[in-house]
Amino acid sequence: MYPASFEYFAPATLDEALGILERYEGDAKVLAGGQSLLPLMKLRFAAPRALVDINRIPGLDGLAEEGGVLRIGALVRHRTCERSPILRGRYGVLGATAPQVSDPLVRNLGTVAGSISHADPQGDWGSALLAAAAEVVARGPGGTRTIPIDDFLQGPFTTALEPAEIVTEVRVPDPGPRSGGTYLKLERKIGDFATVGVAVHLSLANGKVGRAGIALTGVGPKNVRARAAEAALAGAELDDDAIREAARLAAEAAEPHDDLRGSAEYKRNVVRIFVERGLRTAASAARAA
Amino acid sequence: MATATQQGALTRDVTVTVNGTARSASVETRLLLVHFIRETLGLTGTHIGCDTTSCGACAVLLDGTPVKSCTVLAVQADGRAVETVEGLAPAGGLHPIQEGFHEEHGLQCGYCTPGMMLVSKALLAENPDPSEEEIRWAISGNICRCTGYQNIVKAVQHAAARMKASA
Repeated sequence: MYPASFEYFAPATLDEALGILERYEGDAKVLAGGQSLLPLMKLRFAAPRALVDINRIPGLDGLAEEGGVLRIGALVRHRTCERSPILRGRYGVLGATAPQVSDPLVRNLGTVAGSISHADPQGDWGSALLAAAAEVVARGPGGTRTIPIDDFLQGPFTTALEPAEIVTEVRVPDPGPRSGGTYLKLERKIGDFATVGVAVHLSLANGKVGRAGIALTGVGPKNVRARAAEAALAGAELDDDAIREAARLAAEAAEPHDDLRGSAEYKRNVVRIFVERGLRTAASAARAA
Repeated sequence: MATATQQGALTRDVTVTVNGTARSASVETRLLLVHFIRETLGLTGTHIGCDTTSCGACAVLLDGTPVKSCTVLAVQADGRAVETVEGLAPAGGLHPIQEGFHEEHGLQCGYCTPGMMLVSKALLAENPDPSEEEIRWAISGNICRCTGYQNIVKAVQHAAARMKASA
């Protein structure tokens, strides 16, 4: 299989890349890791008139924490996240997600920003970034804007990104001390999409829950934020009853369908169990932080 | 290498260093790296398995990093170095990884073997003494339908021991 013909650009600057996107008026796609886009093009689900390869643009591959914000540049690969000491401890929900994305070869090329721009409802990063309360920075002809991840992910393969915009980085606010998180993923085999994925972030304050972030993969038309579960936990003592109740509410928020990976009932049950386990793991990480 | 005037064209001149030798060609921009390797260069040791980024049979090293060459464009490899299975062995001999697969019977049909060996090479370059778990993790993007992986793990362990002894 090979993609339909396209005009290929490998610009050296972001401005140049933006100019090309503008010129093609929605008929050009940005190529970063290519691990979602190229398979789509080979299957002819996507046939853009032009590809704008951003891999030769310097300055987009930074992964660093500065001024209370973690910045994940547009060209940061899953593999870099998997190995980064920064993504442990209070950014643990991100560090736990990275090694569970696809398989090692895909992780060598695929990017975090590309993954959320592709917006597959079964993508792992969407849930992790929802739990972490991330923001997406996009640059376009009108300048730069910052989009909360909740607004960025709109539906299956649909984001708030305008055709002439490029995601330049993902930002995650420092959740503060006493924070921890994890990502649990049920998959049939390595490299498969999640049957169910659950991202959990917890920030503790005075021994109680300050902020809880819980988001679900594979059980809805996009990554689902479990709002009622988060709200029930905020300010609460994290005892067994609170954990069980949050897990019940998160399972209620799931919108699973029967498919080859399992029945809706099964997936909902996995959500419940994973939220319980995730909260316990996140809590002990937060206490140790 | 591509010139600035080729920006936006449907074909492009590329130069890729393959197994240490610079290879230049004019290619369609949509040409996949695996087809460049197999058809343009005639190096058929790199296999095409699933063609959907799932199996790892087409794995090659791109600047030393294992990638699925069915999911990389040839134009993306312009100016970079690719290593294929043909680049493993010194003249007239076997690479310790090839020797490991031979000695430990790390293959049956052989279809996954080139990808397995290149992924193993990248692993051992970074981690000369991997545990069984680390080996299984490293090859987890490469599917083998014959061996049950048991002897592939042994083959990599054999290679690791051999390479350490001669280091």
